[in-house]
Amino acid sequence: MKENLKPISRREFVRSCSQALPAGLFFFTFGIESLAAGEEGSQYDPTQHNYGMGIDIHKCIGCGRCAEACKGENNVPREPIYFRTWVERYVISTDGEAQVDSPNGGIDGFPETREERDIVRTFFVPKLCNHCANAPCVQVCPVGATFTSRDGVVLVDEKYCIGCRYCIQACPYGARFLHPEKRVAEKCTFCYHRIVEGLVPACVEVCPTQARVFGDVGLQSSPLRRFVRFHDITVLKPQLNTKPKVYYAGADGEVR
Amino acid sequence: MAVLFVLALAALVAARKLLIPHSFGDYGHYRADVVDEIAAQPINYAGYGICADCHSDIYDLKQQSHHRGLSCESCHGPAAKHVEAPDEFIPGAPRERGYCPLCHGYNLSRPTGFPQILPQTHNPGKPCMSCHNPHNPLLPHPPEECSACHREIATRKTVSHHATLLCTQCHVVPADHLNNPRFVRPQKPEGRAFCGQCHAPDAASPAEIPRIDLTTHHERYLCWDCHYPHSPEAIR
Amino acid sequence: MESFLASVVSELPGITGYVYPNEYEHHWGILIVIYPYLTGLVAGAFILASLERVFNVKVIQPVYRLSLLSALAFLFVAPLPLLAHLGHPERSFEMFLTPHSRSAMAMFGFVYAWYLMVVLLLEIWFDYRRDMVVWAKEKKGLSRYVYKLLCLGANDLSPKAIRFDDKVGKIITIIGIPSAFLLHGYVGFIFGSIKANPWWSSVLMPIVFLFSAIVSGIALVLLIYMVTSMFRWRETNMACLNKLAEFLLYAMIVDFSLELLDFIQRLYESEESITILSQMISSRLFISLIVSQVILGSIAPMIAIVMARFGRMPDEMRRMIYFMAAILVQVGIFSTRWNVVVGGQLFSKSLRGLTVYKLDLFGIEGLLMSAIFLILPFIILYVLAKLLPPWPETQAKVPIV
Repeated sequence: MKENLKPISRREFVRSCSQALPAGLFFFTFGIESLAAGEEGSQYDPTQHNYGMGIDIHKCIGCGRCAEACKGENNVPREPIYFRTWVERYVISTDGEAQVDSPNGGIDGFPETREERDIVRTFFVPKLCNHCANAPCVQVCPVGATFTSRDGVVLVDEKYCIGCRYCIQACPYGARFLHPEKRVAEKCTFCYHRIVEGLVPACVEVCPTQARVFGDVGLQSSPLRRFVRFHDITVLKPQLNTKPKVYYAGADGEVR
Repeated sequence: MAVLFVLALAALVAARKLLIPHSFGDYGHYRADVVDEIAAQPINYAGYGICADCHSDIYDLKQQSHHRGLSCESCHGPAAKHVEAPDEFIPGAPRERGYCPLCHGYNLSRPTGFPQILPQTHNPGKPCMSCHNPHNPLLPHPPEECSACHREIATRKTVSHHATLLCTQCHVVPADHLNNPRFVRPQKPEGRAFCGQCHAPDAASPAEIPRIDLTTHHERYLCWDCHYPHSPEAIR
Repeated sequence: MESFLASVVSELPGITGYVYPNEYEHHWGILIVIYPYLTGLVAGAFILASLERVFNVKVIQPVYRLSLLSALAFLFVAPLPLLAHLGHPERSFEMFLTPHSRSAMAMFGFVYAWYLMVVLLLEIWFDYRRDMVVWAKEKKGLSRYVYKLLCLGANDLSPKAIRFDDKVGKIITIIGIPSAFLLHGYVGFIFGSIKANPWWSSVLMPIVFLFSAIVSGIALVLLIYMVTSMFRWRETNMACLNKLAEFLLYAMIVDFSLELLDFIQRLYESEESITILSQMISSRLFISLIVSQVILGSIAPMIAIVMARFGRMPDEMRRMIYFMAAILVQVGIFSTRWNVVVGGQLFSKSLRGLTVYKLDLFGIEGLLMSAIFLILPFIILYVLAKLLPPWPETQAKVPIV
């Protein structure tokens, strides 16, 4: 019984996946389909891609499913001090002060705000590695253990990283941490193992409101291109010239 | 001496050659093989759509519902193992009351219009599924009070001078708004004259209601430019 | 508002405001404080030695060799805390195999090796060669062979050879000064080039590091000289001490002015980070920055040295004040390193919150380990001084051939 069911290779798995997809095409805002369809049958060619992500602040409901799925997909340590992606809540009060929190990255939800009268604006902001085109973490790695792959994803070589943590210091977004057991730097990979198979990152997969959009930065038909065409886009800390590839729509000036 | 030097140099070069991973520098200053190693990491979330192969009935139902944008694994958790061995690994299904409020519990920071309830007062103790089918989440009956959806406005109004006014005093609410709230929208008052029905000096309303001469009182503005009708005394 | 946020934040004690979740963990601890402290001492001690050699300040001749040996002893230990703090020390050789040309840190191994091999070891060897030749002849037993080995077969004691030693030593020192600047200025650059961190990111960082290095190096040699003289029952050379104190004062004035300049510039520019940085200074860093670094470590010793050097008082008193001032300077410079390294991680890069650094007693990143790293150089120095006595009276009389 077991033997009969097991042999489904990843390639078959992806193929069947992408065959099932057109059914959802009409309702789904392109998020997953075009990527998978584009890869079907052909060998994956990293030089043909340059990945990025779009995040629509107005759609984020702060459910934290993305942070949860990320931990599940990538075996991120469960302690609330290690996150590849997390959700922040911004509460801007009448005196103009912004207060931010992210209890357990948003995975367990957010405790209710009291004193609603004092609140001017409030919203959720999902955060993750920005996969900067001009990544400071890649620049400072002394041995070449972190790098930008040919498809524009910033990755860490866990067999080569010496654990000096210079990259963690250099990241302006707090997107990196030191894996407590492996003793090497770790961060979001855009679920690299998924995207080369034509799937979307786990956080994009589970987002119930399609607040996250994944795709190619340069490809005309990519859902990300569509996203940046139809929204006013900001990136985080643009003054640092890191050229982030996570594009925020509707992000408040207080977000940093 | 020179021989020694050459030998030492050769040893250094050989050691370098031996110790540097062979694929290092193929595409950049990194070990090219690591990309394949990272790509070989096992997938836990099977992905949107594959569930339809076996569960087409539930899938089709969900695709017609308000939850059509939801991936099955958003609620059921990672299911790649289930795809490989459907009988051995059964993904979970959250049935407890605490799960749905992760999205639908009232939270001010959520975008307005997103359906939210107050878990403390919304049929406490009753599992969500006893009234709502998560694969086709419809309301068991249309909401009876405006405050079911417009809680923020309702709470504000109850502590204001307009507390006794019904919503329908100012808004015309089409019946279908209760079933299709985002497409069939209520009407709002259009001009200064509307507020004047109560607040103009000659209005036929009880005497204790404050009056204002609409012809002289900031006549180039609409009333709600300055006064928030759901809490009119709040703005000074 | 306040209460709800307090309830959220209280899960992790000591945190105020918002810090990114990954920032709860403190990444560079006391070991990384010790590393720039040690390299600073190396660079400072060497620059002091070069004053005598290149700029002919003959009055500090009694501490010339002592400062060279101190520099060497501290240089041996300097990379150890770095190694100990790595997640994978066994992979550190990769930095020599595949150094990343764009990384500020990748060059550390090369700068270190250059400084150790080319500058310090060579200079010490050339300076001690004729003594070692003599000792190899005079001493008995094992030490005789040690010196023979150390001579590397160069036993020529002709005036021509000794003139050559002297000339090469001078050239190495001239190369050594920019190298010492490089060694420590470079450490400053490692921090100063991190644009993500407003507390570090400053063009003045390498220069401030350099001058604080000179300050700490001179103070260290002053201390070692006084302590060794005491244990050897020798009178300290007062002229030498006065000169050292003078140099220390000048270096401190430059260092303090640079740090003040940096501070004023930040305050005046008042960029978006100023709010959180001033909060950090007035709460988390108050003791180590305002009290320890500025008042105790800079202002107090400067005043003391001015009074002792230019005031009228007995030599005994003067020595005492120099000694106390040098100790305060060491405390101050250690605080400087602490404030840079630890301070740079006490605030969140979201600029909305402050974290805490908890120092353990045991473990690799603990207090005991750090104490070992700070004591180890003195043990090495003791061995070195036994092997290569740096005292003026032990210098071998060169037989005229």
